[in-house]
Amino acid sequence: MTLADISSNLLYVAFIAYLIATFVFGGAVKGNKEGTFKSEKRWGAVAITITLIGFAANLGYFFTRWGATGHAPLSNMFEFTTAFGMTLVGGFIILYFLYKTPVLGMIVLPVALLIIAFASMFPSEVSPLIPALQTNWLAIHVSTVVIAEGILAISAAAGLIYLLKVVDLNKKSKQRFWLEAIMYSLVLVLGFVVASTFFSATGYEADFTYVDKEGTESAITYAMPPIFGMNEYVALTEDAMTPLIETPALVHAGKLTTVLWSVIVGTILYWLIRLIFRKRIAAILKPFVKNVNLQLMDEIGYRAIIIGFPVFTLGALIFAMIWAQIAWSRFWGWDPKEVWALITWLFYAAYLHLRLGKGWQGEKSAWLAVIGFVIIMFNLVAVNLIIAGLHSYA
Amino acid sequence: MGEQTKQKKSNKKQKRAVMRTIILTLLVAAIGYTIYNSATAEDVSILEVGDKAPDFALVDLEGNTHKLSDYEGQGVFLNFWGTWCKPCAKEMPAMDRQYEAFSNDGVQVLAVNIAQSDFEVQSFADQYGLSFPVVIDKTKSVMTAYNIRPLPTTVLVNPEGNIERIITGEMTEQDIEGFMEEIKPE
Amino acid sequence: MENLQCQCGHVNPPGTKLCESCGRSLTEKEQNSKLVDMRYEGTARRSQTYNKSIIDKIWNFFSSVKVGVSIIVVLLVAAAIGTILPQQAFVPATTETAIKDYYADTYGSIGRAYHFLGFHDLYSSYWFIALVGMLAISLVIASLDRFVPLYKSLKNQRVLRHPSFMDKQRIYANGPGTEDTLQKAETKLKELKYKVRTEKNGLLAEKGRFSRWGPYVNHIGLIIFLFGVMLRMIPGFYIDESLWLREGETRAIPEVPGYYLESKNFELENYTGEGGEEIFGEALDRVGTVAKNYQTDVVLYQTAEGALPGAADGQEVVKEYPIRVNQPLKFDGYAIYQMDYRLDELRAMTFALTNKETEESLGELTIDLINPEDTYELESGSTVELLGYYPDFSGFENGEPQTATPLPNNPGFLVKLTTSETPEGETSFITIQNTVEPLGENEYKLSFLSVETRDVSGLTVRKDSTLPILGLGGLIFMIGVAQGMYFNHRRFWIQQKADGTILLAGHTNKNWFGLKKDLDQVVDYASLPAYTDQQDEIDKVEKAEKDGEALS
Repeated sequence: MTLADISSNLLYVAFIAYLIATFVFGGAVKGNKEGTFKSEKRWGAVAITITLIGFAANLGYFFTRWGATGHAPLSNMFEFTTAFGMTLVGGFIILYFLYKTPVLGMIVLPVALLIIAFASMFPSEVSPLIPALQTNWLAIHVSTVVIAEGILAISAAAGLIYLLKVVDLNKKSKQRFWLEAIMYSLVLVLGFVVASTFFSATGYEADFTYVDKEGTESAITYAMPPIFGMNEYVALTEDAMTPLIETPALVHAGKLTTVLWSVIVGTILYWLIRLIFRKRIAAILKPFVKNVNLQLMDEIGYRAIIIGFPVFTLGALIFAMIWAQIAWSRFWGWDPKEVWALITWLFYAAYLHLRLGKGWQGEKSAWLAVIGFVIIMFNLVAVNLIIAGLHSYA
Repeated sequence: MGEQTKQKKSNKKQKRAVMRTIILTLLVAAIGYTIYNSATAEDVSILEVGDKAPDFALVDLEGNTHKLSDYEGQGVFLNFWGTWCKPCAKEMPAMDRQYEAFSNDGVQVLAVNIAQSDFEVQSFADQYGLSFPVVIDKTKSVMTAYNIRPLPTTVLVNPEGNIERIITGEMTEQDIEGFMEEIKPE
Repeated sequence: MENLQCQCGHVNPPGTKLCESCGRSLTEKEQNSKLVDMRYEGTARRSQTYNKSIIDKIWNFFSSVKVGVSIIVVLLVAAAIGTILPQQAFVPATTETAIKDYYADTYGSIGRAYHFLGFHDLYSSYWFIALVGMLAISLVIASLDRFVPLYKSLKNQRVLRHPSFMDKQRIYANGPGTEDTLQKAETKLKELKYKVRTEKNGLLAEKGRFSRWGPYVNHIGLIIFLFGVMLRMIPGFYIDESLWLREGETRAIPEVPGYYLESKNFELENYTGEGGEEIFGEALDRVGTVAKNYQTDVVLYQTAEGALPGAADGQEVVKEYPIRVNQPLKFDGYAIYQMDYRLDELRAMTFALTNKETEESLGELTIDLINPEDTYELESGSTVELLGYYPDFSGFENGEPQTATPLPNNPGFLVKLTTSETPEGETSFITIQNTVEPLGENEYKLSFLSVETRDVSGLTVRKDSTLPILGLGGLIFMIGVAQGMYFNHRRFWIQQKADGTILLAGHTNKNWFGLKKDLDQVVDYASLPAYTDQQDEIDKVEKAEKDGEALS
């Protein structure tokens, strides 16, 4: 077995450990009798042990891959996103030992699982570094960013728990709608994972040529049955499905097809869950959070941002600027990724001012923390895949 | 409240108002300046009319070195050009004619070619029968020192060695005559 | 507004919520609330004090957190809009009209609207800069307005506070104590690194006050940073030039007087997947070629002092350096970066002079396209005379060959071929594609043999004298956030009344969890009365009320 193989096996181990730990955390929280925390204490200890084992395997994946490739495994979509899942769990572990809150694990671990699964849908073979990335700043800048984002995401998890407890699901309200929308979008990510896995397991491939927006002829391989066809497409693979709609050159029909398949599969999954449980996903989770101490969740959320914000500033702005000055001759160039890092930073700055200056605590603060996570995910996913720029390494 | 405390209070108030006005003015001025600068940033050139024309030493086709400072006391008609530049070629004959007319009045023409080969420049000079010195800026250092962007660009240097005018683009013979008149020593 | 005199006799500035001296609530709202609002210690924000002149009104506007946050949010949204379509700097068009057309052609009516609204150059638009400027004003004013009173208040804080101040703190206890309670508490608090001040029958223990200055320190850092950004617009502070340098060329470095750069060699290296790179084989198969290195080997020259531009003599080698991505050449405050390249520009062409019929060669000649000669003597005694050279031949105008640029992209030669058989000479016009014989059929021709090429390095010349200022701003900002966020300000007030009753209150600006941990130790050691977290109590009551509602 090569080092690279060991590395990917360790990632599997971590994945499975997190999966098991999720259920144990859930059981630990659910098993509490009204007003007591006995079950939490006993099963929480088991769950955190499993999480720690998983995290150790996850770190093992990271460093063996580093050894195998000779560079910090933070250079493409797969590597960065996987690392994000890892730091998310890392952040949770720190806060667990500070506050002893199994319910946080029950929310964070499945999100981390989703993120790692999402990452695995991107090409994961070890790839060489282009000249711009051949420097220690890759490890310094990206690892700081990914740690900061992991910590900041914890605040969203705490916010989500807060909202699950506090939002009244029996009454129709904006809050109830948006809370369920968050749940739905998490299921959509699962939809993407399921659709990708299904089509790659069945070996689906369809090749097309098309004319891109600069007017040159290009080729594309679809990994999912083409719902949308590229501009002036010509099918190369026989007996492939004929695209239903041809899009103009501006729209990347291949990516749009992937998105639509994810939405279709995700929506089916969502309605299956609704049919089986006969209630909203938020309502399914509600019993798990009934013992939650709201004030504690608020404090965890705030604490995570307070810890994460300076780290984020350091990694995503200061280190980023130093490196950009060295590699691209200017410390700031309004590249989309840079802009979205600035947006993220401004957003958390606004959060802090609203909380400290205007007293936005509790529910308002929880909503903001969740929005912050959405911005981070947007920068990770959409900016990389949709908005082209200097950071499009995926 | 006593007269004194009232007095003190109004002094304090006044001081505060002055402080606030100063701070606000400074901040607004800084922002205004920044906006102004960013709007005009592209037009900022290093050299402006009235500046001392940077001295240089370039070699002509005969191998003679021409230093700008050698021509102090004369007006120098400094023309930057290239053989591929059509407007440059068009204005050359007119420049040559006007040079003949003004050379005795203390106006010198220096045609600075931008980093082309001796062969190309020589054939061009032969073809047009140019009588003024043609020098080649092999490393583009003079071009850089004068911040020349488009060709042709003509820099008029007056007898005091200062820049009288900078002309970008093609000139008519009438223009050329007028410009030479401008830099003719008294 | 009038000054507020507290019952304790202290005169407070208008707008004060808690008496600066004893801590009594001064407003009705404060008096009725269960917990006091400890933000800024209940002091009056300076801006609230006066609100008469226009200057005061503008001042107050920028002092407000609401306004500050609004500016942040507007800035955030504007920044996001700028990423919907690429900015003009990233589109493959340079002139105003070409850029306009690019947006319209590529993105249709959305692109047209985007360009029309000026979003294609959003980040240097006057309104975006103005927004950043407003943020800067807000930073300065809001900080000044809060820092001054907070500083005064914390500096002058008294040990003994009024009981009404104590019982409205979140952490509060009231109960019997023993004679040595205060002393023991003092010992323990000192052990926990608190600064303790005592007065008569009470003490004030305090830790980490400096963390309260964190926000102001980081705001100072931001202001310094923005100031640095402003300076870059002043000519001389910032240079951004590009330089296309061909192998073998020596060029003056733009905007860097007295320095010259020569390119010895440009190198582009790709990953091969061999020799230690086998591990990348799979990735290389998928994506094709991946660049491993871009490198320009340069020699930096400096002219002797006093030497004039253009003078060839007196250049000294400063250093030889391989410029690579991430490894710019640095000298004298300037830096030169490897940014771009073009491969295989023509440099020289080799021809053979051949007889058309017999195809016999009379010898070879190589024309240096950068510096051609006027005559080439061949071994056979034949000569090739260069009559005209057009490095980028673009057609004829009035029978005259033209060149579009000075670069040898499509070289054309007008030559006169003289051999022993054709002593008069034959004229021929040669380009890469074909040969024209303008003066009738020739016996000899130049047949093309080979080319030499050279690569062009796209370099960026940069000077940024504001970097130290920006660095300083960034450093101060980081110190400020670390100071404000990784430390907290904890205080305990303890009083013992004449009857031995202990009053205890605690406050921290964040991390109550940590505060309680400290207090638990003190309570244990000094046997203080058990404390309550009054926020918990309030939450419980609220929850009970809510549950009650749900039941009914």
